[in-house]
Amino acid sequence: MVNHVPGDQAAGGLAVLATGVTRSFQPGRGVLRGLDLSIAPGQFVALLGRSGAGKSTLLRILGGLDPEYGGDVLVPERRAVVFQEPRLIPWQRVQPNVVLGLRPGPGGRRGLKQHGLDALAEVGLAGHARAWPATLSGGEAQRVALARALVREPQLMLLDEPFGALDALTRTKMHTLLQALCARHRPAVLLVTHDVQEAVLLADRAVVLTEGRITLDVPVGLPRPRDPARPAFQDLRARLLAELGVDELRPAAVAETRAIWPAQTRSG
Amino acid sequence: MADHVSVASHHVGASAASAAAIQPVAGAAAARTTAHLVLIHPARTKRRRFTITRVPRLARRAIGPIVAIALWQLVCSQGLFTSFEVASPVAVFDAGRELAAQGVLASNLLISLQRVAIGVLLGVGTGVFLAVLCGLFWVGEDLIDPVIQAFRAVPILGLVPLVIIWFGVGETPKVFLIALGSLFPVYLNTYAGIRNVDNKLVEAGRTFGLNRLGLVFQVILPGALPGFLVGLRFALVGSWIIDVVAEEINAQSGLGYLINQAQSTNRIDIMFCCLTIYAILGLAADAIVRLLERRLLVWRAAFAGG
Repeated sequence: MVNHVPGDQAAGGLAVLATGVTRSFQPGRGVLRGLDLSIAPGQFVALLGRSGAGKSTLLRILGGLDPEYGGDVLVPERRAVVFQEPRLIPWQRVQPNVVLGLRPGPGGRRGLKQHGLDALAEVGLAGHARAWPATLSGGEAQRVALARALVREPQLMLLDEPFGALDALTRTKMHTLLQALCARHRPAVLLVTHDVQEAVLLADRAVVLTEGRITLDVPVGLPRPRDPARPAFQDLRARLLAELGVDELRPAAVAETRAIWPAQTRSG
Repeated sequence: MADHVSVASHHVGASAASAAAIQPVAGAAAARTTAHLVLIHPARTKRRRFTITRVPRLARRAIGPIVAIALWQLVCSQGLFTSFEVASPVAVFDAGRELAAQGVLASNLLISLQRVAIGVLLGVGTGVFLAVLCGLFWVGEDLIDPVIQAFRAVPILGLVPLVIIWFGVGETPKVFLIALGSLFPVYLNTYAGIRNVDNKLVEAGRTFGLNRLGLVFQVILPGALPGFLVGLRFALVGSWIIDVVAEEINAQSGLGYLINQAQSTNRIDIMFCCLTIYAILGLAADAIVRLLERRLLVWRAAFAGG
């Protein structure tokens, strides 16, 4: 069972404290093998890793979606998840989707509805409150999913490749929006991604998961807004890529691939 | 082909800025450089004065049946069949007026409607209840579903003799058979609908704080609604089939009884009249389900429109 941290003070003022986390789907083949991770309140952590490294498994454990794990996990009570797919309820309009599962507070039903509308306005979709989810574009639907997460004022926001299915232009806009929202609400964020550029652009700290353990944990000390063209940005990006097993194409490497091409075409 | 295109863009590039390569080229140069290209013809809808799509949908859908009835009348008035074999539409209409004047039509139609309504309500209610039981609880699935599947394999009309022994010849056996007949399609389709609800939606609902009851009423049951409506459509069609058989075998009233009476007095026109009423009732039932679908599945209609 995932334990709730009462308030910000518990666990030494941490938003997440996970120690010795293990999870295996087949006996003898652990996806997570004694993973330790702590996240400070308001800290934005990008979790990188190759496919199958256990990124989503860890996120699901922190979100309370996967109770079949070993070790200790402490997370705040108010958590929200944004999945890769928007996962909006198709038969509920946008506004009820945003406040899904919330109980009316002192303001009653009307107060709750207004709460949802405010969150929609924050992601720039005030005009879509009565739309059906099926009529939204991919980017709009994902903004609704963001609003649905934010409206809960989470102490921990878990983002599972939320921009993976979006086109490059929409993704850039979403990065800007997410940064603005995080600056205003200051939740602790765990962003699962395999986009190194995205990680360096958004995160306070980048963590690389390799075969079920954290093998690299670096602060991203670059001033915001961040410019991908700066050498410091590129250096960190190359370091993370190297940790992920991707060597950036050096001129020599490019020459090698050129030399190989004719041989391949001939044999094919 | 690729060579041609590159040659063409060279020509343009020589005479204009390179950006002009994608703009239409006019004059004699165009004749030379576009000879290898083909024109995509734009739609010519504007030229047409009349299209079938301008006629309202209801009127369009009525054309087929009207033509069929006209052909039916034509075949009969040409004397291809005797009036003892096939009744013409005009004869059917007259028979209907005759029955109505005697007060036989309304009373028998009402009793049939009543039987179908009560039977369908009971069957649909039970079917949905069992589907929810089996769809949501593993105990229900393991204990009840195999029993229902076994009963489903029994032909319902084969139960008629048994039902007469059990319930006699009153209203109960007819309503029972109709209820049983509408139970299975509703059960099967609703159960499948519940099971087909995207587990990712259920997971999302749970993450965002829906409790079990909230999940059932906000995620699972609305998700099973399309399946339920398919089941309802089958149930309504099936219920009239069972009704007519039940009334022909053993009844003192109802449309099936009217057909049976007409057979013994050799009134082909009355038989055709009753069958026509069945057809109209079937259409009405279908229209009701369509209306329900349009009302309840707006979120899907929005998808089809967008």
